[in-house]
Amino acid sequence: MSFSGPKHYRVESAKSLKDRPSVRASVTSATDTFNANRSDAYSQIDSDLWRDWARDVKSHALTNLDQYLEQAETQLLANGAKVHWADTAHDALRLLEEIVRDHGISTAVKAKSMLSEELGINEHLEDLGVHVRETDLGEYIIQLIGEPPSHIVGPAIHRSLEDCQRLFHEKFGTPLDDGPDALAATAREALREEFLAADLGISGGNFLVAETGTVALIENEGNIRLSTSLPRVHIALVGIEKIVPRLEDVSGFVQLTSRAATGQPIGNFFSLIQGPKRDGDIDGPEEVHVILVDNGRTRLLADDKAWEALRCVRCGACLNICPVYRQTGGHPYGWTYSGPIGAIIAPGMLGIEEAMPLPYASSLCGACVDECPVRIPIPELLLHWREKAVEKGLTSAIESAGIKAYTKAAERPAIFRAAGAMLRHIPLEAGGRALPILSDWVKERSAPKSSKKSFMQQWKEGIE
Amino acid sequence: MKAALFATCLGDQFYADACADAVRLLRYAGVDVDVPQSQTCCGQPAYNAGRKPEAIRMAYQTLDTFDSADYVVLPSGSCAGMIRCFYPDLMNNELERAQDLAARTYELSHFLVEVLGIRDLGSGLKGKRIAYHHSCHALRELGVCDHPISLLKNCGAEVVSWEADEECCGFGGLFSAKLPEVSAAMADRKLDTLPGVDFVTSTDGGCLLQLSGRGDRHRLSVQFRHLASVLWEGVGL
Ligand code: SF4
Repeated sequence: MSFSGPKHYRVESAKSLKDRPSVRASVTSATDTFNANRSDAYSQIDSDLWRDWARDVKSHALTNLDQYLEQAETQLLANGAKVHWADTAHDALRLLEEIVRDHGISTAVKAKSMLSEELGINEHLEDLGVHVRETDLGEYIIQLIGEPPSHIVGPAIHRSLEDCQRLFHEKFGTPLDDGPDALAATAREALREEFLAADLGISGGNFLVAETGTVALIENEGNIRLSTSLPRVHIALVGIEKIVPRLEDVSGFVQLTSRAATGQPIGNFFSLIQGPKRDGDIDGPEEVHVILVDNGRTRLLADDKAWEALRCVRCGACLNICPVYRQTGGHPYGWTYSGPIGAIIAPGMLGIEEAMPLPYASSLCGACVDECPVRIPIPELLLHWREKAVEKGLTSAIESAGIKAYTKAAERPAIFRAAGAMLRHIPLEAGGRALPILSDWVKERSAPKSSKKSFMQQWKEGIE
Repeated sequence: MKAALFATCLGDQFYADACADAVRLLRYAGVDVDVPQSQTCCGQPAYNAGRKPEAIRMAYQTLDTFDSADYVVLPSGSCAGMIRCFYPDLMNNELERAQDLAARTYELSHFLVEVLGIRDLGSGLKGKRIAYHHSCHALRELGVCDHPISLLKNCGAEVVSWEADEECCGFGGLFSAKLPEVSAAMADRKLDTLPGVDFVTSTDGGCLLQLSGRGDRHRLSVQFRHLASVLWEGVGL
């Protein structure tokens, strides 16, 4: 299964709810845990202060992006890394292909990277005849199943323990009642061989430090450490928005991101990659390639409001708290990034036409704003994209006509009142089915019951 | 003390009795209540749909209606949030007037506690087990959190703890019609976690329509009642 774009969101979300109720159950319970842990972790620090700081550093970096990217490139080169620039996914895949050919690579291990999902790295490597293996446990599971990730941090969040037990039973013949630890041990065993055999390690990058040319990576399983140090070639795919000015910024970000993502004070492993193996180093790759990827990011940066979304550190907190995301997980969103962050970057990165109806996939409850470690004003940006959608005529004609008529009436209280009186006499349960907006409403719920007398009528008659 | 009641479009049609109870409650608290006749809709449906021009027109209608009121009280956190948090941005031509209106505008329980300084209304809810649903906009835009709960408790009610009490019910205005399946699943999350209570209450009619409509589909017997009516019962006259 691969993504088919956001436009099927309604159908896919409805299908998920109807046909796969276990997805909702798994996502709800996993996000409950994430939420409890994050709220604990936030409460142990002055999280407001930290989040203000993080917002300001990221905004500053984005406002001076050209300068910091150039500085990072200079430093990376000085560290002995090779630097490549990819404007599009296509460019990135072409660069990858060159490296694979130049080094005669036949097997690759991958550390978890959403950017690599965005670019379609796995499919491309397989087309080139390279055997590629995901090494993050969640990624490994969904690779075996053949699914894209459903969450930025927990890619297999939509899968239950039973799903994994069945999968491992089929693939490895393990007992059906193996617990999570036993399953992880089985995966580790299988992955060890793959690590030792791989010619190429592919990772993303959580942060790129301009001052020192350092790629910083946070993880819990140790697989990133192995993927980036065992194979003879390492490719780091880094979005251009990942830049931070100074090495000491990373120290703050790694803690805040860990707290926001999993509620840990800091991830179990934290790697700072400074370039290839040097004389005297015991291990490390012979070559390090950093591919700096745009793929729609400068387009998003050019938007006067939505550029703020580029501060995102992909912690997943907004997904975990989002009551919309929690019902279905990420797949119905139809592209790599789901939940609130997915809905606000899709219009900028893919184009608003391609991103519909994601800006509307929110009740605007505002729960995400209170959690985002870099204070992205998510509901504001959802509204911003809704406005753009209306400007471009991407919403339904019925809705448009309805709101215009409603507005006209609202400016004429007598007409508004008369229309209200009429509405009250429609039997909504039956008649509602014929009305454009209500018909969908009453599909899922009983129709609202109008009051016997409107309040304005009661007021006129006198309230005792 | 004088205050104008803004019943809101939804309140006027679907929660008329609750609006009347809000009038009774305010009068009982010694407020001279007025209901300006030119009130219609605060503009939130258009605003949330991404239609600012229409939202601005309704905002002006509302601004003109309540220009001279000392306070504007709404039996809705959502519409009060619209006026308080978004009008100043929408009407930058009349920034001062919009800010002035925003500062005078309150959700009902917020007004009772913050402006009138009321703690105890009566003891009419003795023995009642109530679940309180936090409307997102009351909670996150207005910071209305303990106000309604403490009023309910002081009327003798037991406000039962509810794991999903701060989660969105899935109404979201047009959202509930555009994406009815996800919206209904959101309501189900609330209903599935609901403890045994006499009734559920909230500041907002929109949330109550959503929850009661879905509850009715599931043939739940629990009632969903507007906070204004519950508090009026709490007075216990
Ligand atoms: S938008 Fe904020 S909360 Fe959501 S993933 Fe990005 S950083 Fe985390």
